[in-house]
Amino acid sequence: MMPNNFVPSEFIVNVDHQRCRRCKRCILNCGFGVFDFQNMTTADSSKCVACHRCVIFCPEEAITITRNPLAFKEHASWDVRLRKAIWKQAQTPGMILTGMGNELPWLNIFDHLLIDACQVTNPSIDPLREPMELRTYLGRKPEKVSVSNSNDGFEIETPVENNIKIDIPIIFSGMSYGSISLNAQRALAIAAERLGTLMNTGEGGLHNELYPYANNIIVQCASGRFGVHTEYLNAGVAVEIKIGQGAKPGIGGHLPGEKIEREISGTRMIPVGTDAISPAPHHDIYSIEDLRQLIYALKEATGYKPVSVKIATVHNVAAIASGIARAGADIIYLDGFRGGTGASPAIVRDHVGIPIEIAIAVVDKQLRKEGIRNLVSIVAAGGIRQAADVAKAIALGADAVGIGTAALIALGCRLCQKCYTGNCSWGIATQRPELTGRLDPDWGAERLVNLVNSWATELKEILGALGVNAIESLRGNRERLRALGLDSTTMEILDVKPAGR
Amino acid sequence: MNFGDRQGKWVVDEVKVPDACGLSGFINLDGKRIGGEIVRESMSVMRERGNGLGGGYAGYGIYPDFKEHFAFHVMFEDDSGRRICEELLREYTEVEKGEGIPTRQKCEIVDPPILMRYFLLPKREKLESENLEPDDFIVQLVMKINTQVPGSFVFSSGKNMGIFKAVGFPEDVADFYKLESYTGYTWIGHGRFPTNTPGWWGGAHPFNILDWSVVHNGEISSYGINKRYLEMFGYKCTLLTDTEVMAYLFDLLIRRHGLPIEVASKVVAAPFWEEIDQKEEGDKLEESLRMVYGSALVNGPFAVIVGFSRGMFGLNDRVKLRPLVAAVKDETLYVASEEAAIRQICNRPDNIWAPPAGEPVIGRLKGDA
Amino acid sequence: MAELAVDSSNEQSIARIEASGMHYQEINEKVRSLIEQGYLRIVLEGVNGQRYIGDGLTSNVDIVVNGVPGNDLGAFMNGPNIFVNDNAQDAVGNTMNAGKIVIRGHAGDVIGYGMRGGKIFVSGDVGYRVGIHMKSYADQIPVIVSGGRAGDFFGEYMAGGILVLLGIGYENKEVVGTYVGTGMHGGTMYIRGDLKDWQLGREVRVFSIDDEDKGVLLALMEEFSDDTTVDVGNLEISDFLKLKPFSHRPYGDLYVY
Repeated sequence: MMPNNFVPSEFIVNVDHQRCRRCKRCILNCGFGVFDFQNMTTADSSKCVACHRCVIFCPEEAITITRNPLAFKEHASWDVRLRKAIWKQAQTPGMILTGMGNELPWLNIFDHLLIDACQVTNPSIDPLREPMELRTYLGRKPEKVSVSNSNDGFEIETPVENNIKIDIPIIFSGMSYGSISLNAQRALAIAAERLGTLMNTGEGGLHNELYPYANNIIVQCASGRFGVHTEYLNAGVAVEIKIGQGAKPGIGGHLPGEKIEREISGTRMIPVGTDAISPAPHHDIYSIEDLRQLIYALKEATGYKPVSVKIATVHNVAAIASGIARAGADIIYLDGFRGGTGASPAIVRDHVGIPIEIAIAVVDKQLRKEGIRNLVSIVAAGGIRQAADVAKAIALGADAVGIGTAALIALGCRLCQKCYTGNCSWGIATQRPELTGRLDPDWGAERLVNLVNSWATELKEILGALGVNAIESLRGNRERLRALGLDSTTMEILDVKPAGR
Repeated sequence: MNFGDRQGKWVVDEVKVPDACGLSGFINLDGKRIGGEIVRESMSVMRERGNGLGGGYAGYGIYPDFKEHFAFHVMFEDDSGRRICEELLREYTEVEKGEGIPTRQKCEIVDPPILMRYFLLPKREKLESENLEPDDFIVQLVMKINTQVPGSFVFSSGKNMGIFKAVGFPEDVADFYKLESYTGYTWIGHGRFPTNTPGWWGGAHPFNILDWSVVHNGEISSYGINKRYLEMFGYKCTLLTDTEVMAYLFDLLIRRHGLPIEVASKVVAAPFWEEIDQKEEGDKLEESLRMVYGSALVNGPFAVIVGFSRGMFGLNDRVKLRPLVAAVKDETLYVASEEAAIRQICNRPDNIWAPPAGEPVIGRLKGDA
Repeated sequence: MAELAVDSSNEQSIARIEASGMHYQEINEKVRSLIEQGYLRIVLEGVNGQRYIGDGLTSNVDIVVNGVPGNDLGAFMNGPNIFVNDNAQDAVGNTMNAGKIVIRGHAGDVIGYGMRGGKIFVSGDVGYRVGIHMKSYADQIPVIVSGGRAGDFFGEYMAGGILVLLGIGYENKEVVGTYVGTGMHGGTMYIRGDLKDWQLGREVRVFSIDDEDKGVLLALMEEFSDDTTVDVGNLEISDFLKLKPFSHRPYGDLYVY
């Protein structure tokens, strides 16, 4: 008889029984059922995902989790990850499913870009005591303004409208109710309101309880049209058409029926227990003019609110973005190949798409070349990990960035990549009431506000060092970036000089 | 631009050269013409602000005999560049007169390029075939010569005005160009303090396109995005200096977009949101300007004096990090980096003041002047 | 530009818009304004290709369209009744939530995409990808009835609601293309005519009609006939096939973890 499972445990859970006071908190806290109690605490290491919930909540610090030291024969080609995938697929046919963003060690361009600072000839600015402006407007802008002369000065003939004002150029990326818990969405909504920025419903509809936060919400309209109705479309400040997602370009979404419980069913407006399938294509969009058709259908339905179009960054992203701008979108949301997901085939997540840094660079350049940069705002997401990435993305040409994974990490996520199991011990990527109840929305919102405000302070510090006091002077200012260790073609594409030049 | 286009020993600054400076300018609103020696005199008291590596002047009203012609001042590295350039000028324009710019041998000014001036008009058939207004045609011609003709550089292209600039202290530059032999209703002067040694006269101020002349003190930290913004409108920033960007921005905002100087000033030296938010409901001008023209905000310390065909204005940045003083005496408006530069040529002004951040001081010729 | 002509003498409160050559934005602004003024029936004359008629409307107004309306007729609509006295193009009733659209002619591709409620009656044929992503929710059951035939991918991803193909005039011919109900995981289709196995998506099965189905079909056919004037009197209920998915979770075994 052959064993069923050829894949050894990834982690080893060790309970120090001398320290353990047998309070069973670990059993309660683990969403994956690792712990049991028979006279003493026992652990099934094969179920452990290293989410650390037990470690953090053990009052005696009695639990340690280590990587399984089991040795594999070294082989540079046959990485252990590949061998494990083959064992799994030989056991059970199917695509390897995973969660969160690309985990392969591709070159990270952000980490090869350096930011300038002022010394002597142009002065740095003290951001703590002098004004430092981060306010950003997302939406379509005219190429120029017309001014008329009136008695008491100058008046604008047509004010620029239909833009969304955000106080910080960082918004929360779309994460649906279903992929994450309602409490996680509540935390994002409260934080967005307090920060003067935006959260995004993802494609799971907008729960009734979040309608009060609608002034800080972008509602999404994806191929599955879940929860899309007139009240929903008109609730938010903008509507986003989701074409693609960085973690799974060209791949749809799929929330399994067992997760469609009563509340999610109500928000998505589908029966309890039915699969929520969101195919990769919108079956009414097979060409750019069809995108235009949907953009204007949404504008007609919402009294001409701004429409954002979210795409995964793929090879031809510049031309696609140009088409989107010309199709009437007000915002292009670029999601790089490091973008997160609740569930994606690993093969797609890890191997499809291009980095966000390249995408920002080529899209911004193409739109400028065509003289239509003013038609759209660019929001860049998928791999924004820190304030330095925000500054670099904006210097490359983004108007604002979107953060998803970073926000979830602020809420406790340990990047265990098991979101699709619905067992998230931190109450984020789960709908199990005993788990979601752990995530207090106000506590979560405070952590998100702290995080984004910290980044905003860091961003201001960078602006000060650069000697500018408004974010628009960094936006697209590639002159203030230098590359270290990038090849010349990549530098040419990024339009960034090497350090020393 | 590809500097490889330029052949020979004439090395254009390959990196952006930061510089500091002294500025002085005045305009007689009645259009009364004043000798160039006055602006020289004004500049002489600010010698400490420069280091002898660049000086220059703009004079308006100096070519009354050719006031309808575009007056090109061109510097050539050698005769071969000059031949190509003149061929190009003959192809695209009617050259009414071409001659050397008069200079005085003066030991402080060394190694001058060939300096020529041409009074010209665009050929009508070229305007028609390219479907361009004369001003836009001239902008394109200047861009073409400056980026494509080896060893040639048009440093002045307006009507009834001219730029005179060189590597040297401002007084020596004035003497070199015999500035006292010209009279103009507006004069603007500049003394430069570059941080390294530029080998090239084109890097001195003022920078000019059409009638726009800009002298500038400070360094623009937003240069990269200002440049990319201008490129969207066909401007080629070839000189790697901040000041060039400033000249093109004013050309774009005022000439092409038709914004009044006061409004264009709110673009390049935008008020802060804090201030804008105090505006009455419905007053959307400044908010809209920042939304549309964020990439044209000139960020970093600057003071500029800008000359144009019928006026002159001085402006400093949104937090006033560079000095600027203005004064009025009778019908003359003065703007300078230091009060002393004004007092040197106008002992008892009627009024003298320091303009606030981002608020332009504008002098316009009177209607009939 | 055509003028708005309101016939106020009619006690039924009918308004007319001479829409010939008018941009859709203007048509919709006028329609919204007339609804606000209390008109219950709005007649659009001379329509040809204007998109988004009735887009996002939530009132219970009747809109009559004379001419061929453009794409996305009644998109995101939530209440009105639209009657088209001609053919219609693509994307009729996109993500419609409530109301009714009656087309007295044929209609194009992608009819009733993501439709969650209301009815679409097309007296003639419908194109490809009709009823894709239809879903029911609570007491909302969306319905599309076509009097003629349908193209491929009929009811793809269908998660709820009712699709009916009457196949009138296609007796002994194919009434629907291939990949019928592929990805279907909810709802019901009734198709009058023959279906080969290879035409069906992997997720659906054919069932015979029971008494409950008969009641549903007869009621819908009567309403369809009233609205479209298509005669359905000689159609035999026994000629219909019923298609339903056999799983609410068609893709449960696609992944390993």
